[in-house]
Amino acid sequence: MADNNDIIYNGELVSPKVLRKRASVFLLPGLLWIGFFLALPCFGLIAVSFAERSEYGAVDWIFTFENMKRLVGFDLFGWSADNFWILARSVMVAAVSTGLCIALSYPLAFFLASRPARNKGIWMALLLVPFWTNLVIRTYAWLIVLAPQFPPAHFAARFGWIQPGAPLYPSMIAVYIGMVSTFLPFVALPLYTAVDKLDWSLVEASRDLRAGFFRTFRHAIWPQTKAAVAVGITLTLVPAMGMFVVPDMLGGAKYMLIGNLIQQQFGTSRDWPFGAALSLALMTITLASLLLFNRNSEKGGVQ
Amino acid sequence: MNRTHPWINFAAILLFMMLYLPLLCVVIFSFNASRLGTQWGGFTLHWYTDLFHNELILRAAMNTLILAVSSTLIATVVGTALAIGLQMAPWGKKARRVFEPLLNLPVVTPDIIFAVALVIAFGAVRALTGLFELGMPTMIVGHVTFQIAFVALAVRSRLRLIGTEVQEAACDLYASPSYLLRTVILPLLLPGILAGAMLAFTLSLDDFIISFFTAGPKSITLPIYIFASVHRGVTPEIHALSTLVMIFTIFVVLLLRRSEKQNSQKPEEKL
Repeated sequence: MADNNDIIYNGELVSPKVLRKRASVFLLPGLLWIGFFLALPCFGLIAVSFAERSEYGAVDWIFTFENMKRLVGFDLFGWSADNFWILARSVMVAAVSTGLCIALSYPLAFFLASRPARNKGIWMALLLVPFWTNLVIRTYAWLIVLAPQFPPAHFAARFGWIQPGAPLYPSMIAVYIGMVSTFLPFVALPLYTAVDKLDWSLVEASRDLRAGFFRTFRHAIWPQTKAAVAVGITLTLVPAMGMFVVPDMLGGAKYMLIGNLIQQQFGTSRDWPFGAALSLALMTITLASLLLFNRNSEKGGVQ
Repeated sequence: MNRTHPWINFAAILLFMMLYLPLLCVVIFSFNASRLGTQWGGFTLHWYTDLFHNELILRAAMNTLILAVSSTLIATVVGTALAIGLQMAPWGKKARRVFEPLLNLPVVTPDIIFAVALVIAFGAVRALTGLFELGMPTMIVGHVTFQIAFVALAVRSRLRLIGTEVQEAACDLYASPSYLLRTVILPLLLPGILAGAMLAFTLSLDDFIISFFTAGPKSITLPIYIFASVHRGVTPEIHALSTLVMIFTIFVVLLLRRSEKQNSQKPEEKL
């Protein structure tokens, strides 16, 4: 970086200081906007989580740890495990959905990469359209497929998983189906770019050495694609953790996740301080799992 | 070249079916004459004509468009300026340490946290000043906030692509800063600005969570309308509405792909 007193030539003789001043005019509206409407509100969120709820659902600025206590399960009637289970379930649903998305993205990515060049655009577009279709539409569409008259519900009823004539929702399976179909493109797209550039000579070498499917994957494919998987995990885990549309429509009250609990505090319950505390917990868990994951994948070199 | 195992192709086709089957069901049942869920009662276009007589749906469609267009306009101007300002001056390491996280914050913050934080902030300002009643203005503010970063990133990739040679040449020929901006930088940046704007527009149309939290009773958008209706029961009318939204989405995504392709082309190739 040039010193403030240096004069540099940029069409005219100016000091970096003047240049910076000129650039600030362009820079400031955007930075201030993000600062005012995102960074500051995030601090507000932290502040409100230590405030009290007034009788009419407004925020009373009295410092309290009450919301944190409720977060870990203490309420008027002593300790209950409800909130703990919701938190644990959210982490598990997000983790399992992400894992499923990774496993299912491999065949998709290899399939896309092996399409002849002239068809590739069409297949890519086919993957992008559901990705851009509104989340609400994509989710409620499953209500039709999982309805009692259709094969999936028949199949489940035959095995005695559900009552004959009942739909497959609300259920945990429906939630997982909704989550996976929502986030599959988030993993499949980065993975496709990695598979497209895959060095096939390594795969062939592994086959020539009579490595089986799993050893070929482990030693020839995984090292070349793990960076893309890391990107996919980041893209999936963060929104999956706070998801409330899918569990709301396909899971019902029995399979509530933290996202639903937060939404409830800002909707029917109108308890903003507790909602803020829940959001803070969600943020902490998300950041912690990302940090943990980044540390583990550091050796692999995340892009 | 086809090196993939038939089983892999089979699995991939199944997965594509999993992505499309539900959407296809929505389209099929939007032509269903029977009002009852999944009973087939014959073909009809009745639900589509109904849509255009439903005041609430028309207003929701209008709101969705107003929200997407106005937030995209604001975010495109602010985001483009942000990208230009970032590369215009020799910013030091310290300054970049402030800019970069701020620029990436909207991309990495989970939607629901961002929405909740906004609602609380609007609430606090409302309690103090009476401004920021939840409605269209608050929704626009919410959308612009996450769009700015995406526009800035798209424009920045264009700035890197065109490099600094042309600008330096213009400077050597005594172009003043404002002349340089108007006649050299902005025309060269145009594909990047368009790609950023298209991305912002698509993101706004696609958004549900931020709109849902920051909407007022009079500023309902189509996704909010569909979400609320499904809770009262799925009707063929909703299928018809969703089908139209999907067709519009496909159209917009095709435009987006085209603008992105143009953005990744080097300027020389176009001359």
